[in-house]
Amino acid sequence: MSEHIVEIAVFTVLFAAVSGMGFVAARWRRPDDLASLHEWGLGGRKFGSWVTWFLVGGDLYTAYTFVAVPALLFGAGATGFFALPYTIVVYPLVFLVLIRLWSVAHTHGMVTPADFVRARFGSPTLALLIAITGLAATMPYIALQLVGIEAVLKTMGVTGDLPLIIAFAILAAYTYQSGLRAPALIAFVKDSLIYIVIIIAIVYIPARLGGWGTVFDAARAKFEASPAPGDGWLLNSGNQLQYVTLALGSAMALFLYPHSVTGVLAARSRGVVKRNMAALPAYSLLLGLIALLGYMAIAAGIKPITTDGKTDVNTVVPLLFDTMFPDWLAGVAYAAIGIGALVPAAIMSIAAANLFTRNIYKEYIRPGASDAQEAAVSKVTSLVVKVGAVAVILLIDPQFSIDLQLIGGVIILQTLPAVALGLFTRWFHRAGLIAGWAAGMTAGMVMLYNIANPAIKHEHFGGSAFPLAKLGLDTKVTVYAGFLALAVNLAVAAAGTLIARAAKAAEGVDATRRDDYFADEGDPRVHDIELSGSH
Amino acid sequence: MTTPPSDQRPGRSDRSRWNWLLLLPVVIPLIPALYNHENPRLLGFPLFYWLQLAFIVLGVGCTAIVYRMGSRGGRDGR
Repeated sequence: MSEHIVEIAVFTVLFAAVSGMGFVAARWRRPDDLASLHEWGLGGRKFGSWVTWFLVGGDLYTAYTFVAVPALLFGAGATGFFALPYTIVVYPLVFLVLIRLWSVAHTHGMVTPADFVRARFGSPTLALLIAITGLAATMPYIALQLVGIEAVLKTMGVTGDLPLIIAFAILAAYTYQSGLRAPALIAFVKDSLIYIVIIIAIVYIPARLGGWGTVFDAARAKFEASPAPGDGWLLNSGNQLQYVTLALGSAMALFLYPHSVTGVLAARSRGVVKRNMAALPAYSLLLGLIALLGYMAIAAGIKPITTDGKTDVNTVVPLLFDTMFPDWLAGVAYAAIGIGALVPAAIMSIAAANLFTRNIYKEYIRPGASDAQEAAVSKVTSLVVKVGAVAVILLIDPQFSIDLQLIGGVIILQTLPAVALGLFTRWFHRAGLIAGWAAGMTAGMVMLYNIANPAIKHEHFGGSAFPLAKLGLDTKVTVYAGFLALAVNLAVAAAGTLIARAAKAAEGVDATRRDDYFADEGDPRVHDIELSGSH
Repeated sequence: MTTPPSDQRPGRSDRSRWNWLLLLPVVIPLIPALYNHENPRLLGFPLFYWLQLAFIVLGVGCTAIVYRMGSRGGRDGR
C-alpha cells in the first residue's frame, strides 16, 4: 500500500474537493426552495446547453463504461468496439424523439417516462409496468458504478469495504441535499479530468510502447494465438450481426433509461436538446479512444489482478495507468474514474426515486401528495436506493450486478413501444402494449437464460449474444437477445391492438394534444397532470 | 388521432426534408462490410478502427445540419 501513497493522496484530495462542491450545489442558481420534484429532481428545468452537455455526457458515459469497455477489448477484441457505433448511432436516432418528449413533458409537468405513458394511454397499469421496468433496469446500473470505484481502489492496494461505504455515504448525503444540481456541478470537474487524462494517455502511452502500429499488432498476435471462436482484432462471420444488433439495440435502449430522460428533461428548451444531440458525440470520440486502452494494456503486457482465484479484468485500465504514468498522474486518473462513478450514480438514484414517487407513491399510496411531500419522498427513496446498491455489491458477488445489468438492457428495451413509439402514434391499444411488454420480457428472459459462457463459468445469463442455432437454424450467427425480444414485443403489441379493437375494449383517455409535442420554452404550461384522475 | 382546437399558433411541426439526413449516420455505421478490414491503415490504425472513429464526424455533421436547417425555417414548418 505504501508504494501507492502519492496516488492515494491525490485521489483523496480530489475526491474530497468534489464532495464539497456537491454540498454547495444546493445554492447554485438559488431556487426559492428545493421542495418540489421540478427543483430537486430536475434542477429547476433550466439547464442551458453547456450544463446539459456535461450533465448528460457524465450520465451516459459512466465510470463502468470507462473501465469495462477497454476490458472487453482486452479480453475479446473487435467485438467490444460495438460501444463506438452504438454511441454514434444513438443521437441521430433519438433526435426527433427526444424533442417531442421534452415538449410534452414541459407542457404537462411530467418528470418520468411513466408519467408520459400514464397521460398518453390513460392506463395506470401500463404506467406502473413502465416504472417497475425502469427501476429494475436502473438499480443494478447504480451498483455497477461501485464496481468502477472498486477496480481503482484495488489497484491502489486499498482493500476492505469501508472506503466504498464512505464514498457512497458522502454521495448519498449531497444528493439528498442538493438533488440534480449536485451531479450537474460535479460533472464539470469529472469530465475535465477525464478529458485531460485521456488526451495524455493516447499520446504518451502509444509513444512509450512504440507507436499505434505496435499496439494493434500486439492485439492481433494475442487473438490469433487464442483458440476462442468469438475473439479477434476484426469481426468474423459469426459475430457481425451480433455487433450490429447490439449497437442498434443498445442505442434504442439508451434514452429509455429513466436517468437519461432525467438529464434531457432538465434542459431549458428544445434548442438545448437539439444542440446536445450534435455535441454529445464528442464523448463518443473519447469512448472510442478509451476503448483502445484495452489494446495498449495487451501491448504493455498487463496481467489483471486476481484475488481468491478470481481474475478481475476490470482492473486492466487502472493497472495500465499505474505502470505507465507517474504516480501523481495515475492518482488524477483514478480520481477521474472514481468521481466519474459518482455523477451517474447520483442521477440514476434521483431518476429511480422520481419513478417511485410519481408512479407508485402518488399513484397508489397517497394520490393527494403535495409538491413538498413528493420531494421529501424522493429524497428518502434516493437514500434507500443507494443503500441497496452498496448492499448488493458487498453482500453478493459483483458478477451478479454485471449479469443484472445485462438483463437491464434487454428489459428496458421492452418499454420502447409505449414510450418512444407512443410519442409519435396513439395507434397501439393499451391492452396490446401490456401484452407486448409481457411477451417481450418473457422472450428476453428465456433467451438470456439459454446463453452460456464458459469463460466466466456461466451456464445461464452468460452474455447477450443469442446463437440462432438454438432456434434450430444451421448457423453460427449470433444476435443481440434484446433485439429479438423487441421484435416479439412489437408483433404481440400489434396483434393485441387489433384484437382489443375488434373486442371494442375501452381505449383510455389521451390527455395530450397534438400541439403539446411541439411546445417550446416560454409557452404556457398546462400544469401537472392529474395522476389520480380519469381512468 | 384527432386534433382538438388550439389556442396556439397552428401548423407547428418538426417536419423537414432535412430530417432524412439523420438516416445516414444511423445506417452507415451499422454496415460492417464497409469497415471490417485491416487495410488501408492510417497512422498505424487498421481500417476497422479509424473508419469507425471517422463516422463520429458523419454523425456530428448530419445532426448539426438538421439542427441548423430546422431552426432556420423557424416554427412554421419546412
